Amino acid sequence: MGRRGGGAGVYAAMSFLGLAEASPAKPAFSLGPAPKGASVLVIGAGVAGLVSALELQRAGYQVQLLEYNDRPGGRSWTLRGGDRYTELGGATQHCQFERGEYLNPGPWRLPYHHHGVLSYCKQLGVPLQPFIQVNHNAYLHSSSAFGGQPQRWRKVQADFQGDVAELLAKVVQQRKLDEPLSDEDRERLLAALRNTGALDSEMRYRGGFAANKRRGTEPAQDDGLHMVSQHEAPRSLHEMLNPEFWARMNESRDFDFQTPLFQPVGGMDAIPKALAKAVGPKIRYRARVTEISQDEQGVVARYEDMDHPGRMLSAKAQWCVCTLPLSILSQVEIRVGEALRDAIQAVPYFAAVKVGLQFKRRFWEEDEAIYGGITTTDLPIMQIGYPNYGFHGRKGVLLGAYTFGTNAHEFAALAPEQRIRETLRLGAQIHPQYPAEYETGMSVAWHRSPFTLGCFGWWTEETRKRHYPAMLKMDGRIILAGEHASLVTAWQEGAVLSARHAVTELHKKAVGA
Amino acid sequence: MRSDCAALLLSLLAGAALAADPEPLLSQSWQFQQRSGPALYASVCAGCHMPEGQGARGAGAYPALKGNARLASAPYVMTMVMRGNKAMPGFAWQMDDEQVLTIVNHVVQRFGPPGSVGLKATDVAALRPQMPRQEPFP
Repeated sequence: MGRRGGGAGVYAAMSFLGLAEASPAKPAFSLGPAPKGASVLVIGAGVAGLVSALELQRAGYQVQLLEYNDRPGGRSWTLRGGDRYTELGGATQHCQFERGEYLNPGPWRLPYHHHGVLSYCKQLGVPLQPFIQVNHNAYLHSSSAFGGQPQRWRKVQADFQGDVAELLAKVVQQRKLDEPLSDEDRERLLAALRNTGALDSEMRYRGGFAANKRRGTEPAQDDGLHMVSQHEAPRSLHEMLNPEFWARMNESRDFDFQTPLFQPVGGMDAIPKALAKAVGPKIRYRARVTEISQDEQGVVARYEDMDHPGRMLSAKAQWCVCTLPLSILSQVEIRVGEALRDAIQAVPYFAAVKVGLQFKRRFWEEDEAIYGGITTTDLPIMQIGYPNYGFHGRKGVLLGAYTFGTNAHEFAALAPEQRIRETLRLGAQIHPQYPAEYETGMSVAWHRSPFTLGCFGWWTEETRKRHYPAMLKMDGRIILAGEHASLVTAWQEGAVLSARHAVTELHKKAVGA
Repeated sequence: MRSDCAALLLSLLAGAALAADPEPLLSQSWQFQQRSGPALYASVCAGCHMPEGQGARGAGAYPALKGNARLASAPYVMTMVMRGNKAMPGFAWQMDDEQVLTIVNHVVQRFGPPGSVGLKATDVAALRPQMPRQEPFP
């Protein structure tokens, strides 16, 4: 059983976060004209802040943004060769990835039904390419099944479905189903099971031509033109009942992970860069906000100019959209009512860690014919993500670990070089090429991120009930936005939806004022 | 009686095996698998409060534990560890009572003011039923 509370549950949760609803965002969003001279202060230039600023500006509001980092995007971020990242605690990593290679430490994929974020990609000309969620030639790996040998997805899927179809077919043939089936439907069901499971004419899953068509074969040893087809024995159902296998296969069937998904060409930060360009030179970077106050006239934010430590400045506007993560906002002095203050303090931040590894050659492509996609494992690294770009390139950057919860707290507590060492040690159980081919790596442990102190807001049913309505409600002249103020937590779509909600509410109030 | 002895012997052996194994850097379960105070601190707390309890400051801050007067109260530390506070997640469901007891007493003794009094095992057991059940995942 071991870690099954962990891995399988993690994936279940990650998909739960999306709530399996298509985003209601409409491609055409427009606020209508702003009152003359109306101004808005947007705090935070991540996706929520940038979308807020862009839409407000389009409506005619005067907009200014304050941002802690020296770049737009927040968690929508890409690390490339030449970048430097200093985490909390002071460890600095110098990214030495080859030109063209990158790591998206935060969001890395866009489901086709995240209409809001996709609409900005379209409007702003951000080129997209497919994100390969399912690669049938990547691996499903469990350290407690098949002697720890990674298994090709296509084989596990074919064998699992084949064995289950065979069992069900037996039950149907022996008329043991409680549900009465007409003779005609029984025959039709058997035909469906035979096809679904790739069963033979005797309704057995025994490998052979039908099964091989699904599970595939390994490259022939000879010229491949002669009729010596391999009939590898299918795997035993016992081993495949390991939840590491069925949970992972089923996860990819969830709405959030159904193909196609997309990624911006060249890195996720293409989205915030395009948004920031559209917003124009209104963003004050390296501004650490410490206090947000409001009265009948407007909102004032006090912030430290980080280029001159200790130097406090202030920004004023009639209205404010505050997108600071709750991990930060709960430490800022903010003049709002009790309900919103309680909500701001009610949400813990979930832990996640990503580790990027550059290798001298793309052995996963060259040796194993894995082009993009994800291998999943019950090891603490949880996933290996293969680059969905640059196929047949000389070098490549793998996502060597993408881990959550318990393991993410543990990874965060390690020094960056230890994180790499552990990622290499564990990943080598799946790809023995690791030690010989490794070159350089980067890790981002979100609880060590100076600008978020965590990965995303970890709501529960209980906290949603008690605090979510207050989180969405405009408090005087201030309204919150960000993934934490949405139902689509941890996704950029949540940031977009909440930004549109925030500016809509603000606009209503400004027009009515 | 014989079975009691056998059970005792088994538990002693298991304890010896545990003691001989180095504490894992990375757990193989949703539960943290570290048992000793220093190992639990290094794996669970140090990610934010830092290896020497010095805390950290970015856009927001992780409070320092070292020299923190609030650590005079072990029940306060226990509540932080189990329930969490603001953005800090609670770890009640990722540790058993003994681990909570161990980490709280470790933190209090290591970072608290001199003379701080630790917890008893019964303190943890008494608080646990009040913890909102936080599934790893909803």
